[in-house]
Amino acid sequence: MPAAPTVIDDVFALDAGRGRGTGAPAGGGDDGPRGSGSAGSARRYFTGISLGLAGILMFFMALTSAYIVRKGFGGDWQALRLPPILFLNTVVLLASSLTMEIARRHAGGAQLDSFRRWWWVTTILGVAFLAGQVIAWRQLAAAGIYLPTNPASSFFYTLTAAHGAHLAGGILALFYVAFRAWERAKITRAAAAEIASIYWHFMDGLWIFLLLLLYLGR
Amino acid sequence: MATHESAAVHAHPAPTGFIRKYIFSLDHKVIGIQYWCLALFSVFLGMALSLLMRIHLAWPNLKIPFTAGGQISPEQYLALLTMHGSIMVFMVLTTAPQSGFGNFILPIQIGAADMAFPVLNMLSFWTTFVSLCVMGAAFFVPGGAPISGWTGYPPLSAMGEIAGPGQGMGQTLWVIGVAIFCGASLMGALNFITTIIDLRAKGMSLMRLPLTSWAWFVTAILGLLAFGVLLAACILLLLDRTAGTSFFIPGGLVVTDKLINHKGGSPLLWQHLFWFFGHPEVYIAILPGMGVASHVLSTFSRKPVFGYRAMVYALCGIGFLGFCVWGHHMFVSGMSPYSAFAFSLLTMSIGVPSAIKTFNWLGTLWGGRIQFTCAMLFAIGFVSLFVSGGVSGLFLAQPSIDLFFHDTYFVVAHFHLIMGVAAIFGIFAATYFWAPKMFGRHLHEGLGKIHFWFTFIGVYAIFMPMHWLGMLGHPRRYSSIEVLTQSNAQYASIHTFITIAAVITITAQLLFLFNFFWSLKKGKKAEVNPWNATTLEWTVPSPPPHDNFAGHLPTVHHGPYEFSVPGAPKDFIVQSEAPAMKRG
Amino acid sequence: MQRRKACAGSATTAGAMALLLFALTFVTVYLFVTKTWWFPRAITDFGHEVDAQFFRTLIITGIVFVLSQLALAYAVFRFRDRGQKAKYNEGNQTMEVLWTGATIVLFVGLGIMARSAWAEVHFRPAVPGALQVEVTGQQFVWNFRYAGPDGKFGRLKPELVNASGGNPLGLDPTDPEGKDDVVVPVMAVPVNREVELLIRSQDVTHSFFVRELRLKQDAVPGMLIRVHFTATETGVYEIPCAELCGLGHYRMHSTLTVMSDADFQKWLKEQAAANQ
Repeated sequence: MPAAPTVIDDVFALDAGRGRGTGAPAGGGDDGPRGSGSAGSARRYFTGISLGLAGILMFFMALTSAYIVRKGFGGDWQALRLPPILFLNTVVLLASSLTMEIARRHAGGAQLDSFRRWWWVTTILGVAFLAGQVIAWRQLAAAGIYLPTNPASSFFYTLTAAHGAHLAGGILALFYVAFRAWERAKITRAAAAEIASIYWHFMDGLWIFLLLLLYLGR
Repeated sequence: MATHESAAVHAHPAPTGFIRKYIFSLDHKVIGIQYWCLALFSVFLGMALSLLMRIHLAWPNLKIPFTAGGQISPEQYLALLTMHGSIMVFMVLTTAPQSGFGNFILPIQIGAADMAFPVLNMLSFWTTFVSLCVMGAAFFVPGGAPISGWTGYPPLSAMGEIAGPGQGMGQTLWVIGVAIFCGASLMGALNFITTIIDLRAKGMSLMRLPLTSWAWFVTAILGLLAFGVLLAACILLLLDRTAGTSFFIPGGLVVTDKLINHKGGSPLLWQHLFWFFGHPEVYIAILPGMGVASHVLSTFSRKPVFGYRAMVYALCGIGFLGFCVWGHHMFVSGMSPYSAFAFSLLTMSIGVPSAIKTFNWLGTLWGGRIQFTCAMLFAIGFVSLFVSGGVSGLFLAQPSIDLFFHDTYFVVAHFHLIMGVAAIFGIFAATYFWAPKMFGRHLHEGLGKIHFWFTFIGVYAIFMPMHWLGMLGHPRRYSSIEVLTQSNAQYASIHTFITIAAVITITAQLLFLFNFFWSLKKGKKAEVNPWNATTLEWTVPSPPPHDNFAGHLPTVHHGPYEFSVPGAPKDFIVQSEAPAMKRG
Repeated sequence: MQRRKACAGSATTAGAMALLLFALTFVTVYLFVTKTWWFPRAITDFGHEVDAQFFRTLIITGIVFVLSQLALAYAVFRFRDRGQKAKYNEGNQTMEVLWTGATIVLFVGLGIMARSAWAEVHFRPAVPGALQVEVTGQQFVWNFRYAGPDGKFGRLKPELVNASGGNPLGLDPTDPEGKDDVVVPVMAVPVNREVELLIRSQDVTHSFFVRELRLKQDAVPGMLIRVHFTATETGVYEIPCAELCGLGHYRMHSTLTVMSDADFQKWLKEQAAANQ
């Protein structure tokens, strides 16, 4: 880090532990104010995304426990036949995770074009998944199953909508990674792509979990 | 208000336009003050609502302006009660100690230039602001504010207008406001935790974190894990209200001879989700106060915090146990009696870390050289209130005793003492302590002391008698005691006493308001380190410049509370002081 | 080193603070010891057990309260700034372990002792011969239903609820078991006989509360909750609603009359006659 007090730091670095605490020099001391694109500065984004996902997980766990409790409570639960297109959507979403990893392999090097290409494929697959979810909703609606019809359908719409909203946020993030001029940013494009991918894969896994819940817990 | 003199030429220049500097500022200090002002407005609003309630309880026939027929109707009383609770819990107790002081002090205290995500920080403040506006708008819609209390139990809160006035648009706005607040708090929590994990200065190991920072850290973790759950609950409730779903509304309900078109929902489901958030929320309100109390007690006793490690473990223990005890709010709700017993034991054990903290505070004072600044007085008051409010928890934690006390004034006394006024005392201690740093000027100590005495005696006079109201069996949330024939005279006289105390105490708060605004203009100018304190915020100018350390982030060489170290030239060693003389 | 006093008049402040804390402790203890305001008399064995457990808790918390407040008062006064040097002390492991252990034993032990009273009402069902009373909360009245001579409750249909038309619970007239059901807005039970309450709600959550029974139970819509008690003293007792149920919460109120068995049978007959 190009911060001025580095020299002084080095002098006293040995003393940092003073026999107390963890001993290790603390967390992100290397972090200069608005430092340029270094790995140290990117760390906070990785921490941030992990914490964000923890918060999101709690949100979905609350809905999940509500699902389980409500299913056992009223005696008015009618198992929902999931629209088959959901499984196609699942394949699309899994494929998007795959293409994203392919894209990321090209993110760091000079093959920016292949990165862009695969990144766009990922984005399109994400949009396709959302479109597929909407189709699933329309199929259910056509069959006369709406949000308030019965608790199973209420949860189906609520869970898929909540997941869809989070995935839509992910798609915005993909656009951001694609369009932002990373040369002048705090972190590299590769780091940004990695952070977006953590979120994306998590949404992917979350969907698998929700599908299993909706399928096995119907 | 605070103007930041530029200390050094720096790569990250301070914004110059008024809007970027004071309105949509990215500076954690400005955002901290914004949060603080929002809380200040809210606390006076919430207090005004409680004053109306108190006056109505003591003198129901007194003419009150701005009310229908010059009197507070039962539904207006409940609307006041709901909004008092919601505003105080969300907009004051969650906002001031964590988002307000945390935002301003935390980055400086750990030696960072700003929060980890300044834009997110700004967003979380403005989201909170929107939430306050949406919630406050409930007063101005047809039917008025909701009447279901801050806990918003369905079906009362879920059935809409038919359940009572205020349950239409007012309740919808309330739910949306709370949901927005959840979003704001999640953003804030994420930012706090990241900042503490990744932006600590060199040498600032976790075991060198000041206890205030530790408290903000644990509080943020609680917020991150709890608010998502409340958000989920709010969404389900909103769907029940607007989309005709039946998550919380069971079938076969009849209101005024009309069958409600819902079926199968579980009212207890809401209670579980709500209290899974609600109990950690109590600790979100009080933990920062504990941090501030430890910090201030140590500083003005000129002694290290007694048992620093035990304090840290106790904070973490309270945070963890806080998630395991929500069921104690539901002993009479019809949940399984076996889980009630389990919740009871877990709740009793949360008394252990709380007791550890109390003993350590006493240990900190013991053998010290106590300086009675206003901040110190409020911190001592905090300890006293924490004990008084805490011991009544041991009654409520036992289901068999709670069968009597549940939903009586005993509970009102308990939670007001511990999460209401104890937390407020923490906020006051923080305000008197950090005002010199935040605004560059001291609050007037003489006025502050008068404010303290009135407040300290006042809150005890208000809330202690409520214990006995509870023992007499006075149910809470009653707008009138006219139908309670049993012990009616006793209720009435205690209520009158409480109201008189409340009027005096609330009036005394105007003293604080005056002191604050007067001191902003005329107060004694603050030096860099007026209290001879040890933590990093006392190494930067008062108020701190835009980027805190002018680009030279400090290195930490000392623990957070090195007061009166034997052999040291002064009675305090600032954390970033070079270790000139090393012992041992 | 010698520093100027940080704060003039610190002896006065310290004295005032200590005195205040002492006064607080004294007044609080006084009001508890003299029982200036106290529970209404308990009329069940369970109630006496709860009172005993309350008393045990009061003693323990009382000791904690008094010692902490007085220690605080003492420390504040004794260690006020008189120019002395503060004693550098980072803590004491032994003491931490000691008071952690002591509070665990004290608090958790107290919790375990509370078990028996709780188990009495909730871990065992009512005895087979118990008198069943169905308690229904609705905005803003209580209704009590007795099964009548056949000992069976008739079927309820929510769509038949018509409070103004004299059918507040929605009794199904086609069900023979419901013919002899007695629905009354006040409650009476015989003394010394176990009573099982079947608590339900028709609209929002209410809470059945009789102070002298030391009993409170939410009436949760969609659930039928059973609790039982045996009153051992005759008298008339209040039944306020203890869970916020809407704008009339404060006036939702009924009475429980505990009477001799003969009186009760007579009362029930009168009510049945009035119901026809």
